[in-house]
Parts: sequence; C-alpha cells; structure tokens
Amino acid sequence: MQLDILPLNRTARISRIHWSQLSEAEGHRLRCLGFDEGVEVEPLHRGWLLFRDPLAVRVGRMTVAIRAAHAAAIDVEAA
Amino acid sequence: MSTLPLVALVGNPNAGKSALFNALTGARQKTGNYPGVTVERHSGRFALADGSPVELVDLPGSYSLTPTSPDEAVTRDVVMGQQAGERRPDALIIVVDAGNLDNHLRFAIELIGLGLPAIVALNMVDLAERDGLTLNAQKLSKDLGVPVIPTVAVRKRGTEDLRAALTEAVRSPATSPATAAARAPADVRSTARQMAARAIEAERPGRKITRVIDSVVLHPLLGPVILFATLFAMFQLVYSAAEAPVDLIEGWLGLLSDAVRANMADTLWRSAIIDGAIAGVGAVIVFLPQILVLFAFILLLEASGYMVRAAFIMDRLMAGVGLSGRAFIPLLSSFACAVPGIMATRTIEDPRDRLTTILIAPLMTCSARLPVYAVIIGAFIPNSSVGPGIGLQGLVLFGLYVAGILGAMLAALVIRRTMVPGKSLGFMMEMPRYQLPKLRDVALGLWQRAAAFLKRAGTIIALTTMVLWALLSFPQVPAGSAKSQIDHSIAGRIANGLEVVVAPIGFNRDMALALIPAMAAREVAVSALATTYAVDAQDEEATEQGLRERLRAGWTLPMALAFLAWFVFAPQCISTIAVVRRETNGWKWPVIMVSYLFALAYVAAGVTYWAATALLG
Repeated sequence: MQLDILPLNRTARISRIHWSQLSEAEGHRLRCLGFDEGVEVEPLHRGWLLFRDPLAVRVGRMTVAIRAAHAAAIDVEAA
Repeated sequence: MSTLPLVALVGNPNAGKSALFNALTGARQKTGNYPGVTVERHSGRFALADGSPVELVDLPGSYSLTPTSPDEAVTRDVVMGQQAGERRPDALIIVVDAGNLDNHLRFAIELIGLGLPAIVALNMVDLAERDGLTLNAQKLSKDLGVPVIPTVAVRKRGTEDLRAALTEAVRSPATSPATAAARAPADVRSTARQMAARAIEAERPGRKITRVIDSVVLHPLLGPVILFATLFAMFQLVYSAAEAPVDLIEGWLGLLSDAVRANMADTLWRSAIIDGAIAGVGAVIVFLPQILVLFAFILLLEASGYMVRAAFIMDRLMAGVGLSGRAFIPLLSSFACAVPGIMATRTIEDPRDRLTTILIAPLMTCSARLPVYAVIIGAFIPNSSVGPGIGLQGLVLFGLYVAGILGAMLAALVIRRTMVPGKSLGFMMEMPRYQLPKLRDVALGLWQRAAAFLKRAGTIIALTTMVLWALLSFPQVPAGSAKSQIDHSIAGRIANGLEVVVAPIGFNRDMALALIPAMAAREVAVSALATTYAVDAQDEEATEQGLRERLRAGWTLPMALAFLAWFVFAPQCISTIAVVRRETNGWKWPVIMVSYLFALAYVAAGVTYWAATALLG
C-alpha cells in the first residue's frame, strides 16, 4: 500500500521509497524530514473538503506536511 | 571585526535556536547581511562562565550539510570556514529538539564530524517531558562524544551549564575532521535513530495537545473557517488598532512642518524640507503602526506554530496556480506592504516558487492604496446599501481587493508557465508542536523587522520624494504668471507627454500628473490631485471634502473606475522595485515585474473605462 491511501490514524512502517519517482531535491528533502525505509508513519490529517491534499503525516516523533503526489512514492506495510 | 572567540549556533529548523540565541545574548544583538547573498546574519555577545566575552552567531536552520537553499548554504559554508565575511567558528553549539532526537541527531552527527569543539544543547526538554519522554543526557553525551546540556531556552534553563561547558570548548583546539564526515548518509540516518533510541530511558503516553488542536484547526471543514476568521480579525485590527497612532504621527508631522514654516523664510529650501524631506519620510513612518500590528500578528502566528497550519490549509489553492502553501505567509504580509512581504520570501526554499511569489506580491492590496481608494470611492460611489449591513462603497472596496488577488493568481499561472517553468519542490514542511509564544522573543522580532523596514524603505522613499519634489518645483513659475507651479514644472511637462499615452484608457491630464508623484508612494496621488485642483484647505478632512467635489465636477464615473482599476495593478512604488532588485540580485526581474504590471494596469483601466462607458452610456 502507498502512504497516500493509508487511512488516517493507522500506523504503518515504510517498506520502500521509490526514489526514482522523485527528483533529487524532493528525495533529499524527504530524507531530511525523516522519511526512510523502516521508519514508522501515521497519517494524521488531510487537506480540506474534496481535495484531501496535502497530508499531515507523523514520521517517527515529528509531524510533516507533504502532498499526496509525493506520498504515493512511499510504500508502507503494517507495523 | 572583533577578535573574540566566535561561537556558532547551529541546528535544525524548529529546534528552538533563536530562542536560545535570545536567552544567551539578550538584547545585545546585531543584524546584518552576509556579503553577496540575501541571508541575514544575526550575532550577539555574551559572557562565558569565567566572565570572558565571546561572539555568538545564529546560523540559519538547516537539515544537513547538503544545502537546499541559500540560507542552508551559508550555514554549511560558515561551519566549514568557507563563508566570505566570516571567520571559521571556534566552537559550535548544536541545538537539538529533545522531543525529536531521531531526526535532529542526524545533522548533529554530521556537525560533530567536522572536528570543531562542539556542545549539544538538548533543547525543549520540558516539551519532551510533556510528551512523555525521559531522556538520559549522559548516555547521549557518551554516544556523541561531546557534552550534552539539557536546556529550556524560552525559560533560560540550562544556560549557565552551557556557559560553563563552552568555557572549556573555546579553549580546546579543533581536531581534524573525523570519519563521520565521510560516512554514508544512510549510515548516519540509522546511527541517529539508534542513538535516539538509547537516549530515551522511558516513554509513556504523553499529553497530545498538538494533536488535539490540530484535529480542530486542520479539520476539513472547520479548518478553513478558522483560518479565514483569523485573517478577517487580523485585517480589522490592522486598520482599526493602527488608526489612532497613525493620526498621532500625522499630527506630529503637521506640527513639525508648521514649526519649520514659522521659523524659515519662504524659500526653496523651506519647500525642500517641508514638501520633500518631511513629506517623504513621513509617508513611510505613517505606515509603521499598521505594519507593526500586522507583524505582531504574523510573529504570534509563527511562534505559536499556527502559521505552518495556515500554509497547510492554503496549499491546495496555491497549488492550483503553481505555487505552494509556503508562499502564503509572504503574500499575507504584502497586504500591509509589499516590501516586508518580498523580504519574507527568503523562507521559500524553491527558487522558482520564490521568484513567482516576489513577482506577484505587489498585486496584494497594500495599505498605501487605501487612501486613493477612499477618496475616489467616496467621490463617485453612492453611500447606499445593497443588502442588510452591506454598503455599496464597502462592496466596491472588497471588489478591488478581490481583483488584486485574482490578478495575482492569473499572473502566477502565466509566470509559472512561461518565465519560470519547471517542476517545483511542492510542499514539504515540518509541522512543529504548538507553543505559547514568548512575549520577549516576539518583541525582539518585531523590533528587528520594524528597524529593517524603516531603514530600507525609509532611505529609498526619502530620496525619491526629494527627486520628485525637484521635478515638481523646477523650473520655477515666473512671478505674476497665471500658470500654476505644477503646470510649469518638469513633472507638468512630463504629464503632457504622458497624457497622450493614457488618453486611450480615459485618463485626463490631471490624472496623468497624479501618477508621477504616486511613483514614490501611491497615497501621494491623493495630495497630488489636491494640489492640482488647487484645493486650499487646512486639514485632511477638509482636503478630502473639497477634493471630492472637484473630482465629481472634473471626472466622469468611467474615468474614476478606470483610475481605481489602474491602482489595483500598477507597480507604483519605487521601494518595492528597489527591494525586488535587491532580493533577485539584478535588474532583470524588477524590469520584467514593472513591465507586466504596467501592461496589466493599462489593459485593466482601458477595459474598465470602455466597458463602463458602454454600459452607462
């Protein structure tokens, strides 16, 4: 499952990040914000109304806002 | 340059670096600029435990030694000793958020690997405890190989221990870069997580204040409502709370002018001082109350952590025109004045997003347009009601704000497709925990921003009003001539030429003339019109009254509407242009901005004039 379709308040573990789907800058920034294989994530909030974008995701002990398009490059599995 | 030992404060964004900087240095701070880049340098002094002074420099928050923005590049270059205008620091204070060790230790490990004497400030330990974490600083210190001092910067806790540890550190020599610097990034990431896990002795479910607040303010329905209510309250306060001080300042300026008038002979010099210098500098200072109120609001929103949530809510709308939620904060500031708004774009790390935001910032209706709108609306729009509690005049004013915002969105869409194409970073942002803002930190921030605004805008506006004064005063009208001074001046002659250009959009010569001094500051258009229509009144209210009657006699409604449309879009403010030049390091982008905005203003005024003429007969 990808992170962008993981239901809210469901904890999961990042199994794989498809770096090739991201630009170098995007990948670097994601790593800076703590996204890495093996890290625990949990979607907390979504953008308003029909858009459901961006997402607020707990990454380890930090909460990070990312767009669904980037979250789609992140595979997660049940923690 | 001082030869005091130099200590650099480094760490991730949101680690509480600035609060620690304030706690250590107090008000003894200096804000400057690094040469060649638009990155601010904050420095201050404080005494170590043994009483010897050191210089402390607060480096921009950064996630790693691989920079993604000009700010982060400065941080890397300073700690590597490669930044022009800065010595290599003698020691580092590495600030980490105690509640976010897994992420913040990465950068700390990279920094320690550089071999400079370093101390880790385990900051915000109180919030970490609130979140249910019990940390072992000794264990972390052993793992990292440097002293680790628990601190609560906002309460000045731990600063004494920090001073004591630094006394040792500045005396120890730098070692050659350790192996960590050469470590693979993935290795650093997993090491950081392992160290964090070891440092955490116990973890119990803590209070989830941030999550609870977020579930309200980021609610899919309630969130936008709260945001717009907050913004509405802010604008109300900007205009209502600032009214009294603005009147006060205008009163003082009037007294000052009167004093000069009473004590000087009626010469050109007197005119230069009153109409040039006092009027010019005064034009800047009267905006200060509004800007201070707006900044106070923005600083409070930032310090509490809400601003990132506002960016989160706005991101989807901004994405529609090719921007990100980050552009929201600078654009919001631009409603007071585009100058601080454009300066605030430095926090946007994507260069394309930043440039686009700079180019559209002047379209946000700044407070300088209000006097112009007020006079024209007052003269031509009947004070009638179009619904319960909704006046026609207010509706037109609202419409002008909306026209500016829509124009900005359209411009962003076009700019992102043509002038600055390419994919941007999108929106990735850390959402810090909520915190009660510290009054002292907000006051310090307010002071620094106000000083920067006065310095930058003040010098430019004062200079340009002097030039415009000269254009309006020379050549002098011969004694006994029936012509007015303005008609006779260089500016009057320029207006004759300008009239040919603006006639197709319905402007007459008087309107063309008003546009010239309005280049210094838009609201000067009002006093220019007053001068042109030879309104001789003592106070401002009478001026407005008299001016309204003259305008009604001289202009048609389509002309007035075209004039309003012009002011929605025209880049009539030299300080904005100067700030854009500064922030983009060259003349290319200001020239592009000025051309597209003038073109937009011309078309908008023309369309308004001809459409109104056709509709109203």
